[in-house]
Amino acid sequence: MDRHELHELGDKERRSRPRLRIRCCTAAGCLSANSQAVLDKLKHAVAAQGLEDEVEVCGVGCLRLCCEGPLVQVDPQEVLYQKVSPEHATPIVGALLGGSAGVTQGDPKSPFFALQSSVVLDNCGFVEPERIESYIAADGYQALAHALHEMEPGEVIDEITRSGLRGRGGAGYPTGVKWSMVAKHAAARKYIVCNADEGDPGAFMNRSVLESDPHKVLEGMAIAGYAVGASHGYIYVRGEYPLAIERLKIGIKQANKMGLLGSRICSLPFDFTIDIRIGAGAFVCGEETALMASIMGERGTPKPRPPFPAETGLWGYPTLVNNVETFANVPGIIRRGAAWFAGIGTEKSKGTKVFCLTGKVKNTGLVEVPLGTSLRHIVEDIGGGCPDGKVKAVQTGGPSGGCIPEDLLDTPVDYESLTALGSIMGSGGMIVMDDKNDMVDVARFFMNFCMDESCGKCIPCRAGTVQLSRLLTKIIDGRALNEDLKRLEALCGMVKETSLCGLGQTAPNPVLSTLRFFRHEYVSRIKPPTNGRPKPKVPAASADDGVYTPF
Amino acid sequence: MAIKTLTIDGQLVSAREEDTILVAAREAGVNIPALCYVDGLTPVGACRLCLVEQQGTNRLQAACATKVQEGMEIVTNSPRLHEYRKMILELLFAERNHICAVCVANNHCELQDMAVRHGMDHVRFEYLYPQLSVDVSHEQFGIDHNRCILCTRCVRACHEIEGAHTWDVSGRGVRARVITDMNQPWGDSDTCTSCGKCVQACPTGAIFRQGSTVAEMERDRSMLQFLVNAREKKQWNV
Repeated sequence: MDRHELHELGDKERRSRPRLRIRCCTAAGCLSANSQAVLDKLKHAVAAQGLEDEVEVCGVGCLRLCCEGPLVQVDPQEVLYQKVSPEHATPIVGALLGGSAGVTQGDPKSPFFALQSSVVLDNCGFVEPERIESYIAADGYQALAHALHEMEPGEVIDEITRSGLRGRGGAGYPTGVKWSMVAKHAAARKYIVCNADEGDPGAFMNRSVLESDPHKVLEGMAIAGYAVGASHGYIYVRGEYPLAIERLKIGIKQANKMGLLGSRICSLPFDFTIDIRIGAGAFVCGEETALMASIMGERGTPKPRPPFPAETGLWGYPTLVNNVETFANVPGIIRRGAAWFAGIGTEKSKGTKVFCLTGKVKNTGLVEVPLGTSLRHIVEDIGGGCPDGKVKAVQTGGPSGGCIPEDLLDTPVDYESLTALGSIMGSGGMIVMDDKNDMVDVARFFMNFCMDESCGKCIPCRAGTVQLSRLLTKIIDGRALNEDLKRLEALCGMVKETSLCGLGQTAPNPVLSTLRFFRHEYVSRIKPPTNGRPKPKVPAASADDGVYTPF
Repeated sequence: MAIKTLTIDGQLVSAREEDTILVAAREAGVNIPALCYVDGLTPVGACRLCLVEQQGTNRLQAACATKVQEGMEIVTNSPRLHEYRKMILELLFAERNHICAVCVANNHCELQDMAVRHGMDHVRFEYLYPQLSVDVSHEQFGIDHNRCILCTRCVRACHEIEGAHTWDVSGRGVRARVITDMNQPWGDSDTCTSCGKCVQACPTGAIFRQGSTVAEMERDRSMLQFLVNAREKKQWNV
């Protein structure tokens, strides 16, 4: 397929769309609330009214306000129906001809929607994830065609470098630098790996992207393959995301058929194939060396770095490992230019970031904001604040992150600011807590998570997390002495500095950050020292010395 | 072959380009502690005892898995490193049931030696006292999981040198165990050749030859390196 055909296909798809469009969310959150039945009923209702030519009913990806699902949006009226059940289908279709549907309506202009900006999620909720034509109609694969036709691989890397894009998996390594490292290694073979092993509690950004807009990630990977000189890619998806896997499979099949993946992409001498590898439920496989071991069929345990994957990765060849969201940013940068992307965000953190707003907050769901937005803006303006009570803290970065207290909510969300507070940006989980949340218990929850997910290879992580969890339990039960608190702090420092991989090195973060900002919750539970234990009675020395009687 | 010079504990040292810090240090007479490392097997950097400080970075490096670099300044012992090593040993002693007084490897145990070397006279953490099994189904050897520290020397010796891959690790975290074949009794293993390399490699009393007395528990760890040298470099001298 060349660019002309791509344009034609997009035009054809756009022209074929009727004026009225009913979009029903079919991402995992709404599906679990029965949105498949809603979609089917909507189609039936349209057919029953004989409106097939005027109304298109389509299943799309995430409409973001997950707590109010199943969501249905009607264009161009911009009506958002919430908590839709299959019985609502007929009234919703009836309301197209005028009148009210009598179904709970949301406001698509409310702060939750109006204050977000869309880069990664711009197609999310608009394109049909299981139809490539729908993605092409939204300028899909134009970036790949543009890169292949008009750019040298080095120019693609330059563009990414100038955009200032940084790794969205959490560590924030400059993407352009990583790409150029892989590009500079001369090797017979190179690999692209997309890390979709999202495992943080409370995080579902990558799942939403893959379920809503899988082609964007595939396109990003193909562009990366062209830039660094790789012709094969793997997507490592966790097995707990069956819908994402299904949609990726469909997407890869469709793109292969259309000549947008596979051999001679866009009728040019560039080959790029993508395979899916499914994780078996180990959190540690999100660590890149463990992930690669798992792809190669080995036990998923991390290895010491260096050598880095960019030098020695899959089967010893240079390998580029990026997160789902990082790849999803790429087509936009190529299509709209590095300057456009660099114009969003802060000086050191460019672009937007997708967060999953969960916990004690009114609007839970998917949120995309420019980097540098304050936490308060996200939690209180977009999230609508705590439904009952006051925000106490916001946990970012999952088990590797920390808790940021209410008085520091004005902190801008960027890589450096969050690190300075002892948390991390992480992959984008954001859990809001109110005054009913016990911070020591929160710390123990994350510690138990790390304990269960430790691979067991290195001792500090394997045995240290167990001891940390026990110490936290001791504190919660009120059995701990002051020495236990000191021991907890010393062990946190040791596990952080001596563990082999990121899992262990960051496992103490939830404890350290709650100790930093909520120390009183620990100290108030410490048992006061008893004033020396009662002295054991020593029997008086007897006359017949020489016979040793211990008691 | 290029030669690099580096400083280890203030001493100027030369090393081959492919050497690790641990090897370079040992040639210079500095013995960096390690439990998972053994000559002849691929280093895995798992026990974290060999962590050393490097000038210019706050990050500790595993000496067994880090290659030497020109001009590196390495400190192999400091109060911080000593404290961390002691804590690692305490974590190990608390994790399983290491009771030297009734252990057949008493006085021939690397874990015990390491504890003595670091002055680890008590454990500051709660003992976990897990219920663990002993497998003596093999006609010559046995494995006592109570004494295993998961260094994976047996796994690597069996895979890399014997080529049988009888040993592997199952489970994760504290539930990780070394297993034979598909977690079946060692005696039922189809792949085990009874070569005994795992017995020689084991640093503690976990893998042992049945019927050995405490005095007979001396192991020949140099045998692994000897086999590797003989095969790869055709060197037959010890």
